[in-house]
Amino acid sequence: MDPMCPIGNARTLQARDKMSRQTRSTILTHLERLEAEAIHIMREVVAQAEKPVMLYSVGKDSAVMLHLARKAFYPSPPPFPLLHVDTTWKFKDMYALRDKMARESGMELLVYQNPEAAERGINPFDHGPLHTDMWKTEGLKQALDLHGFDAAFGGARRDEEKSRAKERIFSFRTASHGWDPKNQRPELWNLYNARKNKGESIRVFPISNWTELDIWQYIQLNAVPIVPLYFAALRPTFEWEGQLFMADDIDRLTRVLGRTPEITERSIRFRTLGCFPLTGAVESTAQTLSEVIQETLLTTTSERQGRVIDKDAGGAGMEKKKQEGYF
Amino acid sequence: MRDPVYQTEALIAEDIDAYLETHQHKSMLRFITCGSVDDGKSTLIGRLLYDSKMIFEDQLAALESDSKKVGTQGGEIDFALLVDGLAAEREQGITIDVAYRFFNTEKRKFIVADCPGHEQYTRNMITGASTADLAVILIDARKGVLVQTRRHSYLCHLIGIRNIVLAVNKMDLVDYDQAVFDEIVKDYAAFAQSIGIESFTAMPISGFRGDNITALSANTPWYDGPTLIDHLETVEVLASVDLDRPFRMPVQWVNRPNLDFRGFSGLIATGSVKPGDEIRVLPSGKTSIVSRIVTLDGDLDEAVAGQSVTVCLTDEIDCSRGDVIAAAANPPEAADQFEATLVWLNDDPMVVGRAYWLKLGSQTVSVTVQQPKYAVNVNSMEHLAVKTLDLNAIGVAEIITDRPIVFEPYADNRALGGFILIDKLSNATVAAGMLHFSLRRAQNVHWQPTDLTREDHARMKNQTPKVLWFTGLSGAGKSTIANEVEKRLALMNRHTFLLDGDNVRHGLNKDLGFTEADRIENIRRVGEVAKLMADAGLIVLTAFISPFRAEREMVRNMLPEGEFVEIFVDTPLEVAEARDVKGLYKKARSGALKNFTGIDSPYEEPLTPEIRIDTGAMTIEEAADYVIRQLLPLK
Ligand SMILES: Nc1nc2c(ncn2[C@@H]2O[C@H](COP(=O)(O)OP(=O)(O)OP(=O)(O)O)[C@@H](O)[C@H]2O)c(=O)[nH]1
Ligand SMILES: [Mg+2]
Repeated sequence: MDPMCPIGNARTLQARDKMSRQTRSTILTHLERLEAEAIHIMREVVAQAEKPVMLYSVGKDSAVMLHLARKAFYPSPPPFPLLHVDTTWKFKDMYALRDKMARESGMELLVYQNPEAAERGINPFDHGPLHTDMWKTEGLKQALDLHGFDAAFGGARRDEEKSRAKERIFSFRTASHGWDPKNQRPELWNLYNARKNKGESIRVFPISNWTELDIWQYIQLNAVPIVPLYFAALRPTFEWEGQLFMADDIDRLTRVLGRTPEITERSIRFRTLGCFPLTGAVESTAQTLSEVIQETLLTTTSERQGRVIDKDAGGAGMEKKKQEGYF
Repeated sequence: MRDPVYQTEALIAEDIDAYLETHQHKSMLRFITCGSVDDGKSTLIGRLLYDSKMIFEDQLAALESDSKKVGTQGGEIDFALLVDGLAAEREQGITIDVAYRFFNTEKRKFIVADCPGHEQYTRNMITGASTADLAVILIDARKGVLVQTRRHSYLCHLIGIRNIVLAVNKMDLVDYDQAVFDEIVKDYAAFAQSIGIESFTAMPISGFRGDNITALSANTPWYDGPTLIDHLETVEVLASVDLDRPFRMPVQWVNRPNLDFRGFSGLIATGSVKPGDEIRVLPSGKTSIVSRIVTLDGDLDEAVAGQSVTVCLTDEIDCSRGDVIAAAANPPEAADQFEATLVWLNDDPMVVGRAYWLKLGSQTVSVTVQQPKYAVNVNSMEHLAVKTLDLNAIGVAEIITDRPIVFEPYADNRALGGFILIDKLSNATVAAGMLHFSLRRAQNVHWQPTDLTREDHARMKNQTPKVLWFTGLSGAGKSTIANEVEKRLALMNRHTFLLDGDNVRHGLNKDLGFTEADRIENIRRVGEVAKLMADAGLIVLTAFISPFRAEREMVRNMLPEGEFVEIFVDTPLEVAEARDVKGLYKKARSGALKNFTGIDSPYEEPLTPEIRIDTGAMTIEEAADYVIRQLLPLK
């Protein structure tokens, strides 16, 4: 490590700071560009689609999406509802933030739970991949069909996974919600052709070109509210199949597992938030956004690593899921 | 071992906030890799990601096992597998669609689009190229310049990429031989010049072995140019050109939360805007002043090219999606016929004369394409005479839109010069296009005349325009009374014009007969002409039987409220028939004249005319005076 490095950097920082103040309005930062692109996309959808909806999962990407939507249409509230495809297995903190944000944004919040999954008592412990399949994939398809939404905003990013890296911003789905990765529409410049055939629908990904770091920096610079679970705190945890999980609802866990898991208090946080038994926690002491970002940058594993979904079906997990209609 | 350019960990660990501040102000470069099949594009991107530590441990483990299973390098790490993310791609060892990947160095952030080399997937390549600032064109050192190298180079040039890197790859397979490199560069230079590429940067590399990617390679001591990363980090991106052009913002959406707020939302294509700036809305040509630039974080003092904003104006002028808000003094033109370059992207060939949708900015219009002037042979750059354009063909043709669109040549403004064509039946995006110029210099017509509004025209004549619409049976006295009224108006210094059967049926409407359909069309045309004259500030008098209520209503609705004055010349059929000045009733009764109003075609009396003249109770002069009195005050 070159000892001059930090000093050199401090110097360039000062110089940059001066320059950025003078030219702030003329030279856009990459985040400002990404923001403008996402807003442009959202407005195109509203102008072209008949009945758009924003999928809202309460995670950090959803938080940024919602913030962008509020910016895109201000002073109007975003002219579409939020749809939460609920699995009933989300963290309590997530439900709380979801309801608060819906109130604050003035948007309608639709919550959908697949009735069949509820009836069959599908849960992540007994049913493994079926849990994601029934609650999320099937639930999403049912909810979209039920309301007749023809365009659904999703917060997926291309840097998340190798088949996502291949997906268009306007991604067409067949009547049965399938994705045909080998036959995607050309998508030139920022011209989006949202014309669809009967029965087709569109998934639109306004933050396709954002990276995990972009999301975090944007949250920091814009003070976007996120679920506290992203920050480290002492929480009840248990280990299951070699990963660390948080015990959000011990009674329910006990019922489903048939035993009370061994609970230990640990300082943990989450890089990504899914269903509480499915999303692994990481031990951490990062309590501020800067510390969270620092940890994210220095980690050696990928963000989705805490998620079970990518590991099914070998190397093509996500692609296969998307062909089946997963978002 | 990592190259020093990526050594940011220390700063991240020591002072995360300083790192983030630096990172936030890094510039961004969007680039693509392209070139012929198997030249090593995906491998190179995989290598860049790998070297820049964008690959996490879990992904690396997967890469190692995948390389053994489906790799093309006999178990050695196959970097292409990091990028070729679709199952079909991994199975076949080829790229089908663009992969967008991200990495950054201390100096820059990069978004790279790895394009497929196969000709079949050109539409995907051009998708990637359309948003790139720079193209890395790869060549397999063993193979030299191939057709796809030429096609991709030409497409990159057409789409406006001015930064070209020629990466002569797989140098490891030709013993890092300088002669091979020099020969390929010479070939390429000749070709590049022939298509107008002014300059390019050539470098010998091996994506697979990592030569000259992040550090100069000991294998090529004869090469003293920059490494690929050096070049990508320092090459100048002309982000400011859009800023120096006049202000243009295509309107995407009108923001109208309540009656007190009306804002126009869009992405600023070029230039900048401040409150107080005078703007012009195209194609109408109406001008106004920017009152506010509204955002969730507060109003802005200025907004620039690349920002998505919502602009409010001081006047309630007409402006909606598809319109362009531009600098008032320097607006773009509108036209409906153009010469354009087309790249055909669909399996079904272009159909000359068929109507497609054309999407340009936020405008969508119907368009037809003429027979191409020529297609380009990408190998020889010859112009070929063709009847149509097939999949992947590049050609030049005239296109005609069904209404004027606001545009600028693609070379000056991508946002107002680049377009796509959409098949109206399949909804597929079938072509990408770039406008060269409009074919008729009639553009300015679309906004200049409206510089003078209809209010201006009326003001100059010191009067309020009106359409005095006389209706009634044949022989009721419409023309005679209208004539008298016009004379009186002339004496009052009013500017008038009388339209009646004689001056219209012989010219404008001489193609029309007396069937119901023709009568409707007759009135429609008269209505349109009367409207134009009223726009010019005139008081228009019309004397037509105009038997149907619907058509009279139609004309009423063409005009601003209060300008249409329906005057019912009420003469009973018996009286008109008894007068029979022109002998027409007699002919009609005998059957010699068909569709005669009152005899075998109905007359629908006005229910609530503005003025009713009972011709049985008034002379012509009295009727004319009566009309004038009803019209007063004639301001
Ligand atoms: N020896 C050697 N092999 C290379 C090099 N670059 C790529 N290859 C090999 O060339 C083959 C094709 O590489 P890809 O990266 O898939 O080529 P591509 O240009 O992306 O191919 P398409 O996208 O399908 O057009 C693979 O077997 C690579 O391992 C290189 O620099 N040296
Ligand atoms: Mg490839």
